[in-house]
Amino acid sequence: MVALIPLFPFVGFLVNATCGRRLPKVVSGGLASLAMVAAFAVSALSVWQLAALPVDARAIEQTVYTWIASGDLVLGLTFRVDPLSAVMILVITGIGSLIHIYSTAYMHDEPDSEFARYFSYLNLFAAFMLVLVLGASFVVMFVGWEGVGLCSYLLIGFWFKKKSASDAGKKAFVVNRIGDYAFILGMLLLFTRFGTLDFQGVASAVAGLPPEATFGALSLATLLLFIGATGKSAQIPLYTWLPDAMEGPTPVSALIHAATMVTAGVYMIGRNAVLFSHTPETMMVVAVVGAATALMAGTIGIVQNDIKRVLAYSTVSQLGLMFLAMGVGAFGAGIFHLYTHAFFKALLFLGSGAVIHALHGEQDIRNMGGLKAGLPITYWTFLIGSLAIAGVPGLAGFFSKDEILFETFADGHTVLWVVGALTSLLTATYMFRLVFLTFHGSASAKATADTHDLAWNAGLPSHAHSHGHGAGSHLHDAPPAMAIALVVLALGSVLAGYVGVPHALGGHNQLATWLEPAFEAEHTASATAEVVAPAAEPAGGLQASGEASEESETGEARLELTLMGVSSAIAFLGIGIAAFIWLKRRPSTSSGQVEIADRMAQRFPGLHRLLLNKYYVDEVYDAAVVQPIRIISEEGLWRGFDVRVIDGAVNGAASIVDGGAWMLRRLQTGSVRTYAGSVIFGVTMILGYYLWR
Amino acid sequence: MFNSAFDAIVPLLCVTLAALASMSAEAFRGKGERMPIGGLGIVGLAGAAVSCVLLWNRNTSSFGVIVADNFGLFVTMTLIIVGLLTIMFSSQVLDLHDLPRGEYYTLVLFAIAGMIMMATANDLLVLFIALEIMSLAVYVLTGIRRDDQRSSEAAFKYFLLGAFSSAFFLYGIAFTYGVTGSTRLDRVGTFLAAQSMADNPLLLVALGLLLVGFAFKISAVPFHMWTPDAYEGAPAIVTGFMSTGVKAAAFAAFARVFLSAFEPFSADWAPVVWVIAAATMILGTVVGVAQSNLKRMLAYSSIAHGGYLLVGLVAANQVGKAAILFYLLAYAVTNLAAFGVIAMLGARDRANDELRDYAGLWQSHPALAALMTVCLLSLGGIPPTVGFIGKWYIFSAAVGSGYYGLAIIGVLTSVISVFFYLRVVVMMYMAERDGAPALPRVGAVGMTALAIAIFAIFYLGILPTAVLDLAAASISTIF
Repeated sequence: MVALIPLFPFVGFLVNATCGRRLPKVVSGGLASLAMVAAFAVSALSVWQLAALPVDARAIEQTVYTWIASGDLVLGLTFRVDPLSAVMILVITGIGSLIHIYSTAYMHDEPDSEFARYFSYLNLFAAFMLVLVLGASFVVMFVGWEGVGLCSYLLIGFWFKKKSASDAGKKAFVVNRIGDYAFILGMLLLFTRFGTLDFQGVASAVAGLPPEATFGALSLATLLLFIGATGKSAQIPLYTWLPDAMEGPTPVSALIHAATMVTAGVYMIGRNAVLFSHTPETMMVVAVVGAATALMAGTIGIVQNDIKRVLAYSTVSQLGLMFLAMGVGAFGAGIFHLYTHAFFKALLFLGSGAVIHALHGEQDIRNMGGLKAGLPITYWTFLIGSLAIAGVPGLAGFFSKDEILFETFADGHTVLWVVGALTSLLTATYMFRLVFLTFHGSASAKATADTHDLAWNAGLPSHAHSHGHGAGSHLHDAPPAMAIALVVLALGSVLAGYVGVPHALGGHNQLATWLEPAFEAEHTASATAEVVAPAAEPAGGLQASGEASEESETGEARLELTLMGVSSAIAFLGIGIAAFIWLKRRPSTSSGQVEIADRMAQRFPGLHRLLLNKYYVDEVYDAAVVQPIRIISEEGLWRGFDVRVIDGAVNGAASIVDGGAWMLRRLQTGSVRTYAGSVIFGVTMILGYYLWR
Repeated sequence: MFNSAFDAIVPLLCVTLAALASMSAEAFRGKGERMPIGGLGIVGLAGAAVSCVLLWNRNTSSFGVIVADNFGLFVTMTLIIVGLLTIMFSSQVLDLHDLPRGEYYTLVLFAIAGMIMMATANDLLVLFIALEIMSLAVYVLTGIRRDDQRSSEAAFKYFLLGAFSSAFFLYGIAFTYGVTGSTRLDRVGTFLAAQSMADNPLLLVALGLLLVGFAFKISAVPFHMWTPDAYEGAPAIVTGFMSTGVKAAAFAAFARVFLSAFEPFSADWAPVVWVIAAATMILGTVVGVAQSNLKRMLAYSSIAHGGYLLVGLVAANQVGKAAILFYLLAYAVTNLAAFGVIAMLGARDRANDELRDYAGLWQSHPALAALMTVCLLSLGGIPPTVGFIGKWYIFSAAVGSGYYGLAIIGVLTSVISVFFYLRVVVMMYMAERDGAPALPRVGAVGMTALAIAIFAIFYLGILPTAVLDLAAASISTIF
């Protein structure tokens, strides 16, 4: 039954890819959405079955068939639902369904064939994403890993007539290839070390080893895997593709570049929790990179003016927090944040999509304002999403972010905690900057009349000529299919956190308890050591020990409550800062920028420019990596070894002259001689090596 | 069969007879009369395939110089598949360019006969003759479009350099004979295993010269220079045939000579092949990135694939040897299909082989674009196609034998190579066709051949075990 989960969207892909062009939109979009809903139903059923099993035996496995069985390598196409992948499939199929439904309205202005192409890609993506999380071994995961990358690439470049879109697709592809390269190497290294690539096999093999105190083969393998994760999950140094990926349709940004695919790296580390926790050096790298990314992306997010780019940097930043959690060994907290983040970030993206839809393709928040009245559903849901991500108590983001910060602090990483707290502050600030600039303030003329013209130039062509809302003065809120998705996700953003209410608040943190077995090697092997763990440890019970006495538990609870207070205060502080700077926007400021922000930008011009230009990382990469490679490939190797240039010149002349003379000339002008020279060179090298070595 | 001394050459005879029959048919063909000459080739190849199946596991040999061991038979089957697909792709192309059918099919069949002989030869001189039978036919095929200057030029270059490298190869055979007193591979092997010949300069020279001969045929760096020109100049379907059939045959012979007779000297040749493999992978990939002509790009790609095969040869553990065979089959099917698409999209006055000619192919030829995409993804090693399994096996063999460096280079280059394969995909799906003349339709026979190839790509990618077992069984017979 487990295999059905990816199969449904795959069938949807096949249908839409082969005959979607001839189907009406209702059928192709409906079919794609139905496939996702069906996958969700089966996922829910599987998880329900899983929950019925005793804790030690919580895994449903299905080997579709033995993929490769030759020599010492036996590899099945095996899918496994365990507590960790259960969370993932519910998120993917659940939020995926909503986004498919939303897309039927959002993409409605596309011609039939493009509409079908869009849904075929989206379904294919979902199928690969499900393979990625359900795969029971690295190789099956890798199939999904490559597949989602491919679909992401195709979807970013969906509007390929826009050059920026196809460039962004290319960039995403190239950057991800670097990560994939490291990932494959890590995989090969693990294979040589353990002779298996099954996650459980690797975990139980590792469990018997002592943690690697100094940097060794295991640390190298995990580091390589982590580099793979930085590519897919947009972390330093490979994060640059994600902001550009916003060139894709907005529902794609919501599904792939916020809720699911970009979390694959976090999931991969969670999947290999045992392995990673045996390599403390790599864990430290993971934590530091995560924290640094979180802070850096947060600072960039605060000055960006494109509504989707702000959200993109926010995603990078939140992913950084998840990696921070993974790095300090708080696997449960990281996955918890992954899960809550999926709700509110998908909501925020879909909300921004509704805004863009209403404004016919406008994305610059400086040209927005006062949309609150015209777009009530969008406004309220967007506000809920912002409150959730800012970490306001009671909403989903609060519980998960707080757990990460608490675990970081409790693990003794005070500096990282400060970075995390700063990131939270930034998050609240830039999110409410977005809210205030977009929805509050004056219903500026820009938002209605001017942008209409702008949309014709800069916006998406498909929306510009959309179903005849001629006069720009008429705003219309999200159509039903979009509104449903927004409302459901808003509900999720409020309620999703309550599966993980910490013990300090009198909750039971069911999610942590539920996830715990997934982060252990073998349930039977470690059962004795972990008897007390589920009750004593809030999450990531790897370091669980029997020492946790009543006393220290209350002490921990007190600490947790204190930290909770601090992070709540931070959330409100951030919102307050945003309100102070951006809410006081007056109708008279015709420039669209606000005074305080302007004044600050003037006072620190260098810093402002640095942030606005995203620390010039793209430029540095281009100068340091891209150009040298291009030069070596095109100028060096090609010109040097491939004598096409000479050929071309000769060819032009040669075509005038007739056959025989031409060939003779040809010989004398050199190219065959050059080729023979190369052979001679090779012969000399080989024989020289043998005779004089 | 008859249990006679002729058993082992039956597949070879089938193909040769088909070639002779085609030649006679052409000779007796009335002016303007249409004859299904390609059908003769298909019958001959089918006969060869049946005899391969019957010979399986019998390990027979004819006159001591041709052996029908499982290794040879596996490669023979691969070559038969190459031949069948080539003939099926060709009919449309021949019509389009008014090429002489009889001559064309005869040459293809003679080339395949030479290839089969190479794959099963157990004697260096027979191997040399086989090499020449194959090469002469392929030289002529390269230049078969006599009205096309590029085609003639390519044939001429290929011929000159091929003759040059054959001389080295023959010289290597002479040295081998001089040292060991035999050209029979089994005797050479026994001699080398028994005697302590380490650091014998004559033998090392022989080794080096043979290496050069093989390296030329599989277009390994730095003996690859002819490849892009020859591949670009030849008609696309011939390029497909050359880049798969010639490479498979040459690799089979390479593996047989170096992994059986010269196995005791692997410490001497492995480092050299290591360097060649690394250089081949890197150059094929990096230069491939800069190409804008599809045939030339695939030429560099096939150079790089030769490098991956060399990795299997260096990492000659059991997995590595089986991986070579599997990879040969995988690569042959995939690459031939890709060239088949290019060939069938060519127009009479226009090759249509520039990257931009493929813009918007998805709009005009949706099925063809999808099939081409599968081929390219397989060449790039993306699961679940056969290309992934092939690469996985090669690289895990390399890692298993401790050749981490080669594995790292191999993975790196295959990761980069996806860039240029995907560029074509992007062209087909994500670009507008602006003003270029429409591409021709593809006939039913060609589409059938493509469908078969795509089926094989997926079948071998999703259910590879049976064929992998065959490959493993094949190598156990000789090494």
